[in-house]
Amino acid sequence: MNIKKDIAISDSGFVFDPTTGESYSLNPIGVEILTLLKEGNDQQEITDFIIQRYEIDKSTFENNYYDFINMLKKFNLIEAEA
Amino acid sequence: MKKQKYERPIINRISIAVSNKFGPKGKIDIISDIDGIPVKELVGKYGSPLYAISEKTLRETYNRAKQAFSTRYPKVQFAWSYKTNYLNAVCKLYHKLGSWAEVVSGFEYDKAIDNGVQGSNIIFNGPDKSEEDLTKAIKNGSLIHVDHFDELYMIMDLAEKMEETPKLAIRVNMDTGIYPQWDRFGFNYENGEAWNALNRIMLNENVDLVGLHTHIGTYILTPNAYGVAAYKLAELAVRIDKKYNHKIKYIDMGGGFASKNTLKGAYLPGTDTCPSFDDYAEAITNALINSEIDPEHLPTLFLETGRALIDDAGYLLGTVLANKRLADGRRSTIIDIGVNMLFTSFWYEHNIVPAQETTHHTEDTTIYGPLCMNIDVIRAAIQFPLLNKGDNVVINRIGAYNMTQWLQFITFRPNVILIDTEGNTHIIRENETKKTFEQLERVPEYLR
Ligand SMILES: Cc1ncc(COP(=O)(O)O)c(C=O)c1O
Repeated sequence: MNIKKDIAISDSGFVFDPTTGESYSLNPIGVEILTLLKEGNDQQEITDFIIQRYEIDKSTFENNYYDFINMLKKFNLIEAEA
Repeated sequence: MKKQKYERPIINRISIAVSNKFGPKGKIDIISDIDGIPVKELVGKYGSPLYAISEKTLRETYNRAKQAFSTRYPKVQFAWSYKTNYLNAVCKLYHKLGSWAEVVSGFEYDKAIDNGVQGSNIIFNGPDKSEEDLTKAIKNGSLIHVDHFDELYMIMDLAEKMEETPKLAIRVNMDTGIYPQWDRFGFNYENGEAWNALNRIMLNENVDLVGLHTHIGTYILTPNAYGVAAYKLAELAVRIDKKYNHKIKYIDMGGGFASKNTLKGAYLPGTDTCPSFDDYAEAITNALINSEIDPEHLPTLFLETGRALIDDAGYLLGTVLANKRLADGRRSTIIDIGVNMLFTSFWYEHNIVPAQETTHHTEDTTIYGPLCMNIDVIRAAIQFPLLNKGDNVVINRIGAYNMTQWLQFITFRPNVILIDTEGNTHIIRENETKKTFEQLERVPEYLR
């Protein structure tokens, strides 16, 4: 899964997609995950990272993670598989 | 290393429009307690969902209404509109505060008697009073508000047979400048029907005309409509006095004051648009005082206020069952409160808030109840924070009509509790059980 290369992520939680001109707002953990995705981490790596840092169990996070990924897809922030 | 507090990842598209149909993105309100008792504790003790009534709010609201009218007019009498909420504990609270009873059926009438209301302090309204109901009301000297000529003649016959003199008022419907005009109840003012009914009553020796009644509608946002209505009733009182030298004892303005709930499709929230008791009182009392009625014989002003008195005192507490994504990406949150428990959700955009601290991030959300039906929508579109399964929610301002018009469906009606002014909680209606229903059902022999 590849995050669009040219999107701009700001630390304050904003994302700008220059190809569509759309802007998005994220909460801090959303920014963290999006950044990890952009850096090329896979789901396993992201899950390990998050459950180590936050008070959350694996299955709840996975549930939330898939939901988040679905929203990224819906907003076309994920590049179509080659 | 201590772990950080988790919050689920979310992303929202930023739209240029200031507010969309999901409403403005503002501060997220929460209601974590009712009169100081944590929602979690109430739900833990009495189950979820749960109806809760605050005696404190009930009393404060009543006192505000009473104050608004009695500072402007010498004789004011409230009559609790039973249909709005006829749980006995609620009715008794209003009676304790000095309210009479306003009822519209034999069932409500008997409830009022059982609640200790004197027969002469019961107002009997509505188009459906049986001969048996009327006989009882006549015997008890209750105030019978006549809805149509068929009823009037039945009463006149009964009066003669029983050798009693029933105390009557007529319900008058009229044009007060608002739409819709409720012309299906009572006798019309403009076409002379009301005047005609009054004359027939005055000419019959077996009945006594004591009052004039109107109920111009419900959730009326224009106090001036009440001014018009009060003026028209005063005009009828004056005509009766002129023609028969007969003084009307009371003018009953019915109910209909708006509560602060927001109507569906309304542009502004009800908290911004709802007139105050003072606004209504000003319109009504000015019309009566400025009328031609002899100031020595001012009629008592009766008020049958329902929703505006009890809505704010009622809360519905519930629990999040699940979160889902709809096919178009919208979030949906499913709670354990269905529209069958919140009948007023058919015309109000009910305020619903979390009962615990949440993230300040919100998403466009649809809130569904648990019924397996498509119509079970508590809020079609609301900016709502992300709650987790098991979190609690509170819907406030639900005291009117929900505990009388509720529908039993799929499962049982839950507990209703009263929180008294000392912070003690009391069950005032127990949750139903399978037995509640089995008691009423019969299976024919051949199906056993
Ligand atoms: C005759 C009469 N009086 C009083 C009421 C109470 O009205 P509300 O709850 O709008 O104050 C009603 C409600 O329909 C009514 O029909």
